[in-house]
Amino acid sequence: MPNDTHASHDEVIIRLDNVKKTYMLGKIPVQALRGITMKVHRGEFIAIMGPSGSGKSTLMNILGALDVPTSGKVWFEGKDISKFSESELARFRGKKVGFVFQQFNLFPVMSALENVALPMIFQDVPEKQRLARAKQLLTTLGLGKRLHHKPSELSGGEQQRVAMARAFANNPDVILADEPTGNLDSKTGKQIMTFLKNLHMEEHKTIIVVTHDPIIAGYAETIVNIRDGQIVHDHILARKHLWPKNRRTGEQ
Amino acid sequence: MIKEYIQFAFSTIVHQRKRRSFLTILGIFIGIAAVVALISVSQGLKDAVSSQFELIGADVITIMPGKFGAGGMTGFGARPLTDTDVEIVENIRGVGTVAPILVRTAKVTFSGEEKYTYVMGIPADKAEDVLLSMEGIKVIEGRLTTKSDKYGAIIGYSIADDFFEKDVHVGDKLEISGKEFKVRGRISKIGNRQDDSQIYIHMSTAREIFNTSEISVIILKVEQGADVERVAEKIKEELKDKHGEEDFSVMTSSQLASIVQNILGIIQLVIVGIAGISLLVGGVGIMNTMYTSVQERTRQIGIMKAVGATNSDILTIFLVESGLLGLVGGVIGCVIGIVLAFGVQFGAEILGYSMLKASVPLWLIAFALGFSFVLGMLSGTLPARHAARMNPVDALRYE
Repeated sequence: MPNDTHASHDEVIIRLDNVKKTYMLGKIPVQALRGITMKVHRGEFIAIMGPSGSGKSTLMNILGALDVPTSGKVWFEGKDISKFSESELARFRGKKVGFVFQQFNLFPVMSALENVALPMIFQDVPEKQRLARAKQLLTTLGLGKRLHHKPSELSGGEQQRVAMARAFANNPDVILADEPTGNLDSKTGKQIMTFLKNLHMEEHKTIIVVTHDPIIAGYAETIVNIRDGQIVHDHILARKHLWPKNRRTGEQ
Repeated sequence: MIKEYIQFAFSTIVHQRKRRSFLTILGIFIGIAAVVALISVSQGLKDAVSSQFELIGADVITIMPGKFGAGGMTGFGARPLTDTDVEIVENIRGVGTVAPILVRTAKVTFSGEEKYTYVMGIPADKAEDVLLSMEGIKVIEGRLTTKSDKYGAIIGYSIADDFFEKDVHVGDKLEISGKEFKVRGRISKIGNRQDDSQIYIHMSTAREIFNTSEISVIILKVEQGADVERVAEKIKEELKDKHGEEDFSVMTSSQLASIVQNILGIIQLVIVGIAGISLLVGGVGIMNTMYTSVQERTRQIGIMKAVGATNSDILTIFLVESGLLGLVGGVIGCVIGIVLAFGVQFGAEILGYSMLKASVPLWLIAFALGFSFVLGMLSGTLPARHAARMNPVDALRYE
């Protein structure tokens, strides 16, 4: 990845402006997000923490362009994506966002290589390039000898590494990981987080991890705590840069 | 991109859901097999009929008792044709040789073995006109009967070696309805079992042994240069005057051919209709399978959407899959259909109908394959739309 694109932490990559999201649970409206205002800077490593039902998954879906808010604005690289159509959103996230899920979510019939190459199909990358890139990513993640294994032939940690390689396939700006270690033992989880951390350091990707595990959150530079659909406070762990205290919420 | 979608679909159909895919396409391939087999056979039948009528020649007019077409084939119990009718026809301008023929089923005995077959009475002096008028038909053994052969018989091709236990040779003696006849000659193969197992004797002798003065059919040749259709019209008028009503049929060989073709056409239509029902059921089967498939893969749809698949990508993936499901059914159906058609041909050959050659037109295969693909896609449209419209967040959460 070219060095000039990651720039500094000063560039805002995602900005949420009073984002609200209401679901209908049967006939009862449930407010998952009650007005979130936050900024994510390019190259940041953020952990979103909160108990279940706090709205952290909803927040991740909106940050990852998987969903649009009921009200409020989402700016992604300066574009207002809150009014994007489903197709525009799909194309956009395909290029800009890579997802890592708790359940790995690999395709069981596809080999590791095919799984990693999948997102590139939707970006019209020619087959040869797809496979070359997938192979390179898997090799980087230490799976060079597992290219043609099916997910069922891989351990949990290996599967999650395949999923990470898939998240990186289209060279996105943002990696979103939803409880990436939730299905792994602590040793393997640590390994996965180290990989994420290294990718963050070396490739200067913006990484957002959703977790309820403080140890996992400890890998991040910043922790955003969310409760009842609102940010309760954020906590800067690694002061690599000096930020104004309330910078994340935009309050001065 | 479509290439990848076809690969997806193929791996799903062939590797993941082999049994279900097979059961799903059962309806399709039974329908397609039926269409292909039956059209091939009836196409062959049409060809066979055409070539048989071509043998007869375009200048032949056939008069039969009973009204053909309305209320069934030649009417049983309709007023038979008589010698007077023959006289009337002979006097019409443009009419050449007229041959009244008597056809009866009779018991034929050869060296103690009894069998029933058609015996045709042909006027003694017209044997050549009637028997050898068809193209390519000739005497292959012995000779035709002459006027003096009152109890002489000419045998159809199959009577000689494929009718009785023992082979019948020229000079052998046959008993027809209790009277002894001497085999004088054998004619070449016409190509269908019934015609090839006929025995031809003199008209007057036939009338004697069957004790009748009836005429089963009058065959006549139109003089050279005369308009066949016009002569046929004229015959119709004159006979109608005489009979007071149209209780007979006058047909040129092309009319005869087209009537048979029409009947075959109707049979084809009925067959295609029945096969159509099977295809409809097959389509519903595909729809059902695709709905199940979409439901089961909800999570996968969510993943694909998360990694950048648009609604139309998902739609295409599922449409290609259901289309391919249909196409696979079509391919199997075509293969089975062709095998069946040639099986029927083989069976017909064994039964002596060597003229029936199953004909599989290329358009039929192209149509069957195209149709099954489109049918698959159409059946998959609703499930595919359902898949495409799934919300990625909900789909990812689906267990």
